[in-house]
Amino acid sequence: MSAKEEILGRIRSALSDAPVAEETPREYRTSSQMSEEELIEMLVDRLVDYKAGVEVIDNAQIPELVAAKLKDANSVVFPHGLDQRWLADLPQGVAQIADAPGSRLTVAELDETSAVVTSSQVTIAESGTIILDGEPNQGRRAISLVPDHHLCIVPVSSIVQLLPEAMPRLTITRPLTWISGPSATSDIELERVEGVHGPRTLDVLLVRGL
Amino acid sequence: MTQVFLGMPAAGHGNLFEEEPFPQAAHRELGNTQMRKNLRHATHTIRDKRVKVVGELPDWEELRDAGSAIKNNAMANVEELLLQFEKNFTARGGTVHWARDATEANKIVTELVKETGSTEVVKVKSMATQEIGLNEYLETQGIEAFETDLAELIVQLGNDKPSHILVPAIHKNRTEVRDIFLKEMPSVDPELTDEPAKLAEAARSHLRKKFLAAKVAISGANFALADTGTLGVVESEGNGRMCLTLPETLITVMGIEKVLPKWEDLEVFMQLLPRSSTGERMNPYTSLWTGASADDGPQDVHIVLLDNGRTRALSDRFGRTALNCIRCSACMNVCPVYERTGGHAYGSTYPGPIGAILSPLMTGIEAEDNGSLPYASSLCGACYDACPVKINIPEILVHLRGEDVDAKRETHKIPTQMDLMMKGGSWALGKGKNLGLLEKALPLGRLMAGKDKKIKKLPGIAAGWTQSRDIPAPPNKSFRDWWSDEKESK
Repeated sequence: MSAKEEILGRIRSALSDAPVAEETPREYRTSSQMSEEELIEMLVDRLVDYKAGVEVIDNAQIPELVAAKLKDANSVVFPHGLDQRWLADLPQGVAQIADAPGSRLTVAELDETSAVVTSSQVTIAESGTIILDGEPNQGRRAISLVPDHHLCIVPVSSIVQLLPEAMPRLTITRPLTWISGPSATSDIELERVEGVHGPRTLDVLLVRGL
Repeated sequence: MTQVFLGMPAAGHGNLFEEEPFPQAAHRELGNTQMRKNLRHATHTIRDKRVKVVGELPDWEELRDAGSAIKNNAMANVEELLLQFEKNFTARGGTVHWARDATEANKIVTELVKETGSTEVVKVKSMATQEIGLNEYLETQGIEAFETDLAELIVQLGNDKPSHILVPAIHKNRTEVRDIFLKEMPSVDPELTDEPAKLAEAARSHLRKKFLAAKVAISGANFALADTGTLGVVESEGNGRMCLTLPETLITVMGIEKVLPKWEDLEVFMQLLPRSSTGERMNPYTSLWTGASADDGPQDVHIVLLDNGRTRALSDRFGRTALNCIRCSACMNVCPVYERTGGHAYGSTYPGPIGAILSPLMTGIEAEDNGSLPYASSLCGACYDACPVKINIPEILVHLRGEDVDAKRETHKIPTQMDLMMKGGSWALGKGKNLGLLEKALPLGRLMAGKDKKIKKLPGIAAGWTQSRDIPAPPNKSFRDWWSDEKESK
């Protein structure tokens, strides 16, 4: 008898009293009525609490702010589907490297790269959570992980208040990364410290009109 | 010899055992005043944070109700859900393995690692692999496992044992961590201070090369979603993302109770779990993957579905809700017993209130000293209030105490002291007249008390009561006698 058959047999025997579970009550909040300004205010509060850098800007200001946030970078990697006009104001000396199908950066190359710029799929204001789902403007998971500085573009139109409101906007079978602030740990005396293995700097641009 | 009945729930093995009676282990651990100080500081910090972020959500109780019901449903339909998960995970390029117990799981993982030709693996913190003793087994097979979670790293470098399911090194304070790093990290800065930020940085540089070069990673999983075949890992540091993204091969070991029916169920658990465990609105990183994704992450993806006593726990209709546990650790953070004894006193990988029910449910109450674990509680109920999936831990503790008494009775031919006391109690409390008769003996108790009017040592099994407290001497006469005297004198 295979392990699978045996385990399934044990389960049947364990449940021989045929327990019937109650129907799941879903009385928790699944929709909200917050205005755009309230959503922005809540999200900024959460991100600042996580010690992420955050700016609320207009669409036209993206290149200027990207350049300002990455002024100390030597090189920047971006997913091939990212709007390249956003990188237009970066100084000449900063290498701009696209990570594209067929020309993927190696892990070692990513480790040499100072920063990464990505877009994002949906963001939850209540918990300050930005979700990346591997769309061409967000890229594969490694590029937003290995470089030490992540600059993430969040369109204001993609902000929701509640997690249940974000769920219909996700394609669950894609590799998903939920990001709530820079890498952190609470492992020493249960006190939160930012900056461990993931990007130690997270900058977020909340963009109106995008 | 009786033949093993196929399909009968079997007991779990591995690191699930209390090796000495809890009171004995607790007594020893209580002597470690530094550890008690560290634990008190840490558990109080986290309690305050949890209360604050839980209080922010107006629908916390509704989320708990949903979480509890989803888990009850998942356990009632676990066979069907596991098969559905297997089908979907396989369809997306993953491979599913089944392991009856710790030994089988260890062997499967070892074979998979050997097939890659690698002799090193990086690991994401995982309770399941701790439970089966995977690292120790791999070592005997010539494979070195590197723990990458900061607290696991502290435990591994310090040659120590985890004492908490979320923060395995909770019993160490910052200075002790610094000392371990100075001693065990080959290229550490000798000027390293005990500032947590500096310690985190030391861990980053220590592990960086390992992450970037790793070919094989081993993880646990917080959830498996049956309807999509998706797995999820919830973490903080980014070590999880490193392990789940960069290597070529990813092997996940997961208990069969972690399966959830629908992917939408995540919206409940991803609100309950972070707030209950680290007291944050959300943990820094959550990774979800469904089999292998072309061009993104490991292409050789496996999962080992582990029983190891879970079906045994499932067969206990009064205890099976213990399997609903999502390993948040809120119960141990609020437990007055855990706060004082620490996690090592419980012996098993699973300490605290949840461990006191889960370990004996998985191994059987009669295994080693696990029968002493259900008594490691004052039944104050704080764990039940804190549990995000509403596991009624005190009720299951009482149920298991009953099992323990029954199991011990079976092994004794003659009635035990406890049996006799219970018989006596039943006689005395059965009729007022009987109790009145017994109360005539109260002055005898006064003889047992010393000059300070305290009884310091009771005989027989009642000695347990006076081990750490005194009993005041009984009064001259009982209330019953006093009342009738009063009435007569009027």
